[in-house]
This record gives sequence, structure tokens and C-alpha cells, in this order.
Amino acid sequence: MSEFLTLCVEFFKTGLFAVGGGLATLPFLTQMQEKYGWFTAEELANMIAVGESTPGPIGVNMATYVGFATSGILGGLFATLSLVLPSLIIILFVAKAMDKYQQNPLVQNMFAFMRPAVAGLIAAAGFSVLKIALLHQADTFLASISWIAVALYAVLVVLLHLKPLKKLHPIVFIAVGAVAGILLQM
Amino acid sequence: MKELFDLFRAFFTIGALTFGGGYAMLPMLEREIVSKHKWATSEELLNYFAIGQCTPGVIAVNTATFVGHKVKGVIGGIVATLGVVAPSIVIITIIAMVLQNFMDIAWVQHAFAGIRVAVCALITASVVKLFKSNVKKHWHIALAVVAFVVVALLKLSPVYVVVGCAVLSFIFGKKVQKA
Repeated sequence: MSEFLTLCVEFFKTGLFAVGGGLATLPFLTQMQEKYGWFTAEELANMIAVGESTPGPIGVNMATYVGFATSGILGGLFATLSLVLPSLIIILFVAKAMDKYQQNPLVQNMFAFMRPAVAGLIAAAGFSVLKIALLHQADTFLASISWIAVALYAVLVVLLHLKPLKKLHPIVFIAVGAVAGILLQM
Repeated sequence: MKELFDLFRAFFTIGALTFGGGYAMLPMLEREIVSKHKWATSEELLNYFAIGQCTPGVIAVNTATFVGHKVKGVIGGIVATLGVVAPSIVIITIIAMVLQNFMDIAWVQHAFAGIRVAVCALITASVVKLFKSNVKKHWHIALAVVAFVVVALLKLSPVYVVVGCAVLSFIFGKKVQKA
């Protein structure tokens, strides 16, 4: 029971202090591994691989996986809830404040400056996913390009900009990607 | 009650289809939140992302809490948040339980390689749309480019970008409004 409680406390702390989302949880997980030995460094690497390629926020996936590994199904459930609780509380307060100050010119100005920058941040995040998806380990840049992936990417981008296909649900494109990946042995 | 159910279902869908976490959820968010349910505009989504960068916690969860709160108050925030994490809990528990070597199966790896490419294409389309609607003036372009360089090439934390923009807005906000 006390280990279960420690698990919840550790993930609550992670949720409270990991600013920036996703892999920001990683240093906390490494620390947990060293401090409690709930999982090995290798298991942590596997978790990251699973967390990166299954749906859902990576931080949440990691919490479920570690919780399950240490205390079973309930462990996974409560580790995840402990992780999201701090941000849930904080954001509810921020949202209340936003309702109040949204019309304030200073706040509006601030968001006017932030929005283009966030568009740049998202482009940067897209760029890093692009590198993982289109490149593989090799000595030179040219040799590392996975041409099948580049071709599939180009086809999908063109399809996404065609009028009749634009309205399709993203899941259709994800399914096409999965099937193409299997057929092309990517 | 129906609204709460819709919130849960929309965020459950988003959580179930977001491969790669974080901003990879943007195409799904635009589809479910902006065009289908019209719970928020794409501008508001960017505001939420900006705040999510400097508050603790997973961005997907922060955004869910924001949208849920906007639609149906505190309960809405909680329901949307549970919706976005529920698929992960189910999927990861199953993977951890039954398929210890899930990621070693060859066709699973091929499928995920293809999915990653599809996710890239979806993000590209979202980014293009986002730039068209939010990056219009010269100083917008400058901010977007600097943000990209700082994070993608200099590998600094996005927190600096968001805080920097807040500071710039206090200094230049009035000038820009007049221009």
C-alpha cells in the first residue's frame, strides 16, 4: 500500500513540475528509476518507444506503463490520474482568470504576440517528427533518407490539399499510412 | 448532460488518434473542436497552446481542460481531461499486459513507420492552415521564424519563446496596435 502511495506522490510531483509537456517527464522518470528501482533503464527505453508510437500524450502513456509495471491495473490508473491532477487544477484556475481578463488590452496584445510564435513552435515540433519519420540511422545525410517514406509523405501531403479529400477525418490518413507501411515493408 | 457526453467522446477520439503526443494532436483538435463542434476557434487553440507551454503538465491534457472548461465549466474541464487520457490508459494497459514484445513484431513496426509518415503529412497540412490564418504581417513572420529557429535549431525550451513574446508585447504592444 505504501508503495502505491509513493507511486501516486511521485507522479503527482512529475505532473506538477514537468513544464512543456511530453518528454519533459523523462528526467523525472529517470530519477524514479534510480531512486526506487521500479523498472530498469532498459525498460524505460522500451516505454519511450511504446509511448512514442502508440496514440495518446507521451507523458500519460509513460505514467500508465510505469504504474502498471509496479502495481498492476490500479497502479496504471492511479499513476495516470496523479499525473494529470496538478495540471487539471492549475488550468481550471487559469481558465477562470482568462474569462475575467480576456478583454483586457494587455492580455489581448500578449496573445497577439504569442500566436505567431506558437505557430512557429508547432512547425518546429512537426520538423522533429519529420526527421524521425523520414530519416534513419546512417553515416551521411543522403544515405539516411528513407526514400519510400519521403514518397509516401509527398503523396499524402498532395492528397491532403485536394478539395474533396480535405474534409476526410484524419483517421483515414492514419489508416492509409499504416496499410502503406505494412505493404511497403517500411 | 449531452454536452458532457459529446465532450468526453470528442476528447476520447482525440486521445485515441494522437500518435506521437503533444502537437501531433493539432489535426485532430481542429477537426473535432474547431470545425465539427465549434467549441473554440483556431486562434483560441493557439492561446491555449501558448499557456500550456508555460504551465506544468502534458499539453494535450491542458488543452482538454481549457476547452472543457469553456464549454461546461469545471465539470466540463474534468470530463474532457478524463476523455483525453482514457484511451491511453486502456491501450497501454493492454500492451503492458498481453503483448510484452508488441513492438518487436515486424508488421507492427512497419505499420507504425507508415503511421508516423501519415502523422507528418497531417501536421504539415495543419501548420500550413495555421500560418495562413495567424501569420499575416511582417512582424508575425519574424516571430514565427525566430520561434522555429530557437526550438528546432538551437534546441532551447519553448518556454523562453512564450515568455519572450509576453515581454515583447509589453514593450511594442502599443506601437503594433497603431500600425
